Amino acid sequence: MSGHSNYEPKSGFEKWLDVRLPIIRFGHDTIVDFPTPKNLNYWYTFGGILALCLGIQIVTGIILAMHYVAHVKFAFDSVEHIMRDVNYGWLIRYVHANGASMFFLAVYVHMFRGLYYGSYKAPREVLWLLGCVIYLLMIITAFMGYVLPWGQMSFHGAVVITNLIGAIPVIGQSITTWLWGGFAVDNPTLNRFFSLHYLLPFMIAGVVALHIWALHVPGNNNPTGVDVKSKEDTVPFHPYYTVKDGFAISVFLLMFAAFVFFNPNALGDAVNYVPANPLVTPAHIVPEWYLLPFYAILRAVPDKLMGVIFMGGAIAMLFLLPWLDTSKVRSMRYRPTARLYFFIFVVVTLVLGYCGGQLPDNKIIPGLTTFQVIDADLNSVVWLSRMATAYYFAYFLIILPVLGLTETPLPQPESISEPVLSHPANAPAGAAASPEKRG
Amino acid sequence: MGATPEHHTGGEDPNRRDFIHIAATVAAVGAVGGLAWPFIDQMNPAADTLALASVEFDLSKVELGQQVVIKWRGKPLFIRHRTGKEIAAAIKDDNAALRDPQTDEERHKAGKAEWLVLIGTCTHLGCVPTFGGGDFGGWFCPCHGSHYDTSGRIRKGPAPKNLAVPEYTFLSDSKVKVG
Repeated sequence: MSGHSNYEPKSGFEKWLDVRLPIIRFGHDTIVDFPTPKNLNYWYTFGGILALCLGIQIVTGIILAMHYVAHVKFAFDSVEHIMRDVNYGWLIRYVHANGASMFFLAVYVHMFRGLYYGSYKAPREVLWLLGCVIYLLMIITAFMGYVLPWGQMSFHGAVVITNLIGAIPVIGQSITTWLWGGFAVDNPTLNRFFSLHYLLPFMIAGVVALHIWALHVPGNNNPTGVDVKSKEDTVPFHPYYTVKDGFAISVFLLMFAAFVFFNPNALGDAVNYVPANPLVTPAHIVPEWYLLPFYAILRAVPDKLMGVIFMGGAIAMLFLLPWLDTSKVRSMRYRPTARLYFFIFVVVTLVLGYCGGQLPDNKIIPGLTTFQVIDADLNSVVWLSRMATAYYFAYFLIILPVLGLTETPLPQPESISEPVLSHPANAPAGAAASPEKRG
Repeated sequence: MGATPEHHTGGEDPNRRDFIHIAATVAAVGAVGGLAWPFIDQMNPAADTLALASVEFDLSKVELGQQVVIKWRGKPLFIRHRTGKEIAAAIKDDNAALRDPQTDEERHKAGKAEWLVLIGTCTHLGCVPTFGGGDFGGWFCPCHGSHYDTSGRIRKGPAPKNLAVPEYTFLSDSKVKVG
């Protein structure tokens, strides 16, 4: 997309097209001849996996929409019709439902990779922001999609999440009524959720195109976080990364298939096989696993409006990250202290996910009844959520800004190639040098 | 026309050009705003939704100390036949530290203290509270642990408001019309 193009149209048709719409040149420069750092590891193949996930969701979603009926009287039965009567409907629905989980699994790996290697730092801030926009659209799309089967969890999940908007002072209730199209979550709500659930993936695809554009202007970051210095540091995307990504995608699809064929409901909630009933709430309302950390943050705050603000803030932190991290060093490979805090952060998000799936009053250690400190029982899920929430925000608002200024990073290599070429085993005799001694 | 000097300066007429730019911009913004409104307002409740306004209910179906849940405007409606003890407990707490202060008197029709008609959605996130639970014997929301007293007032937990009282009238001693 940027820089010199090595594409040479060969056939007569390619030459004819190239002066009218250089789309083959564009594709060639983007995914074939694109110079890519040669040290990308497997954490970097999740971008390709995500593109595949989006494709799978769009294709299976279009097919499901051919059989689904967005009406409160028929939605639940139409999903059962897909499962029992439509040819291969069970397969397509299970791929779509589990595909959402796989999509989020991949996007979380992709995001943590970006956090670890500093992929959000200059000159890739816009790339990171576009990624955050994609993630936000994914959350909204997944939520609306989960409502469509009109089971108990669908319905009450929609009630709980739309009620969050009611926390906005003064206008909140009017906005909620506007979103519902009535006095409660009902048929108008289901109809518009279906319409938007169909629309948003195409908007995601549009932002993905911008995301890839923003990637190809500065080029890939890499595990060392050191800029590409010369042609020596890169290899063409094809065949090197197409083959590597192809292998990773194959392994990923094996895991995906294991879920679809052997335990398709493992990641879903059994309560959603009960038709929606507005008069009875399930005892324990939980979102899908990929939203549990945010749900835990919402519940950690004992005030409705503040809970909503904290939950929104948890996502807003991601948008602000490029300006919160003050370190000049991109990769945490060379930031030992930051690396420690990063791994705690990973654990903390997992703890939040665990808390989100538990009842707030549950004990963390069942045997121990209470662990009373002043008037707080620290042996309760709600207090664990509070401590994890505190760390989550501290990581972004305190640790990263302060650490960038106080930490002494390890010396970085001169170039991407240097740590490899200067390694005694790889280099000709006499060329050895130890990178850690360079300043 | 055009006797004033500035009319003879040809293209050198910034005031008039500015006026056209500003007027055109204002007109365009107004037009876009006006056109946007139907696209926003279409999401508000439709006429048939608004028309589903009221239900009538025969109170003789509700035993003393019990509640009946009916559906009204897509939401559960609690109709509770309170015992004397529950009413007394509610009145006793009129002066307690309430998050959303209201006396019990304000939450039922005059002289009908035994009948409580409430919208049965927790004011926190809209779950349906369970009857008779919680620390105050009114309702308990299982989702995030809000406790309501026997007047439906929020006493403990994350909910910000008391259970809402809908508009209703007594048609006779044993019949109410809600909405």
